[in-house]
Amino acid sequence: MADKKRYERPVINKHYSGLMNKFGSRPTTQPKTEIDGVTINELVEKYGSPLYVYSEKQIRINQRNALRIFKTRYPKVQFAWSYKTNYLSAICSVFHKEGSWAEVVSEFEYDKARKLGIKGENIIFNGPDKSRNALLKAIKEKAKIHIDHFDELYEIIELTEEHKLKAQVAIRVNMDVGVYPKWDRFGFNYENGEAGQALKRIMMNPNLQIVGLHAHIGTYMMTAEAYRIAASKLALLARFLKDEYDVAVSYIDLGGGFASHNTLIGQYLPAEEVVPSMEQFAEAISAGLYELNFKVDEMPTLILETGRALIDNTGHLISTVLANKRLSSGRRALIIDAGVNLLFTGFWYKHPVSPAQDSGVNIEDTTIYGPLCMNIDVIRETINFPSLRKGDKVVIDYVGAYDNTQWMQFINMRPNVVMVMEDGTVELIRKAENLDYILDREVLPEKLKLK
Amino acid sequence: MENFIIPQNVAISDSGFLFQAATGESFTLNEIGKLIVKMLQGSSTVEQIVGKVCEEYDTDPRTAERDFEDFITQLKHYSILK
Repeated sequence: MADKKRYERPVINKHYSGLMNKFGSRPTTQPKTEIDGVTINELVEKYGSPLYVYSEKQIRINQRNALRIFKTRYPKVQFAWSYKTNYLSAICSVFHKEGSWAEVVSEFEYDKARKLGIKGENIIFNGPDKSRNALLKAIKEKAKIHIDHFDELYEIIELTEEHKLKAQVAIRVNMDVGVYPKWDRFGFNYENGEAGQALKRIMMNPNLQIVGLHAHIGTYMMTAEAYRIAASKLALLARFLKDEYDVAVSYIDLGGGFASHNTLIGQYLPAEEVVPSMEQFAEAISAGLYELNFKVDEMPTLILETGRALIDNTGHLISTVLANKRLSSGRRALIIDAGVNLLFTGFWYKHPVSPAQDSGVNIEDTTIYGPLCMNIDVIRETINFPSLRKGDKVVIDYVGAYDNTQWMQFINMRPNVVMVMEDGTVELIRKAENLDYILDREVLPEKLKLK
Repeated sequence: MENFIIPQNVAISDSGFLFQAATGESFTLNEIGKLIVKMLQGSSTVEQIVGKVCEEYDTDPRTAERDFEDFITQLKHYSILK
């Protein structure tokens, strides 16, 4: 009936004194009803819930912005898409179409990049685990192998002698850049001279061609200064190669680790207020590299393996409310159909969550739980959230990085993943799993079968 | 049927401000919350309250009752209801 007043569930809010928040954070009441012009309802109707949704447009915007920001500060820049951050074929392909190479850390990722049409020479092969077979393949296909430890260096030397091949190599260097924790488990140390030693060993071998120097100082870095230090230390190593051996490396790879705008659990201020901008990272790196003092035509290419900062905000997870609960403490709890098995990053991020429909103005401190029958399944420990009903939808943002590579089939199957394309159409990019998918990999011994 | 009693020392204003003198705590109610507390003060039954909410607001009895249950849990938690 038209003359009835709009219904809103009864709400009582307790007043607290002495707990003013001078930052006045805005409560989450704005609904997010669409992604790139496609309504949440339309997406769920067609592809079910939960549902991962990516924006092709946003990926391209992020990549182009990053390239522009770096290219205006340093002449030669090449991005390599970090497969471990998100190796869905469609995602990798958008980055490759934007001109990115592939940065892989396992044989599986290497093979995937090759299958997607990336030439060996445009693959950067990182990581401590490269099987003999993978190394041989990478050497033959002229991939850029970033050596992580001496055992790998000697294995490459062996392989090149055995198969009469030449390998394109770089070394990964770890160093003190003034941040904690120090990532000294990967690569050769700068300060103790190990990196210099590895370079000398490489220069002694005619089958190894040193093409680059690599450092990856950490992840979710909240200071740009650390990159300036890393860039200048790599520049000094490049200088050493030039002075000692008259070899100019063709690239310097500063890895990735730029923080996205996802806020860490335990971080008081929102990420966008404390995380350095891409411009600040670019400024720091190029300032460090200008210490190279190379002639213009000998300037190495700057390679970046940025993952998180390019993909995190392009992914959204749509989920449906299963139930409302009142906990013994009086706090409201919401149970949704997406759990930590799908949102691995929920363990360290406070993901932004929005209702997908108009949900009134009354908000309440709420805990959002996933559907798993496990106590650890918490999506948000505390969030000011309007009251939703069973069947209502929510949208979790900043889920593009690491969730679709670290998610797991646990209690529930992994759902569909779609991409809203630049032209507004929606493409299914990974099909939901089903029982057959699980059983296909299992073998039930004949004697255990029920007659 | 359950009998809900609001203690005498709970005062509520027309704007939805609620004061619980026993604990010294104050609260804000939204419009429907205020309607329910006032009806409880007047010893209305659950059926009467749900009926009134459905009569005045655009909702169905099941939703109104479900939300009423949740609201009652909160009132008990804050010692506003015996």
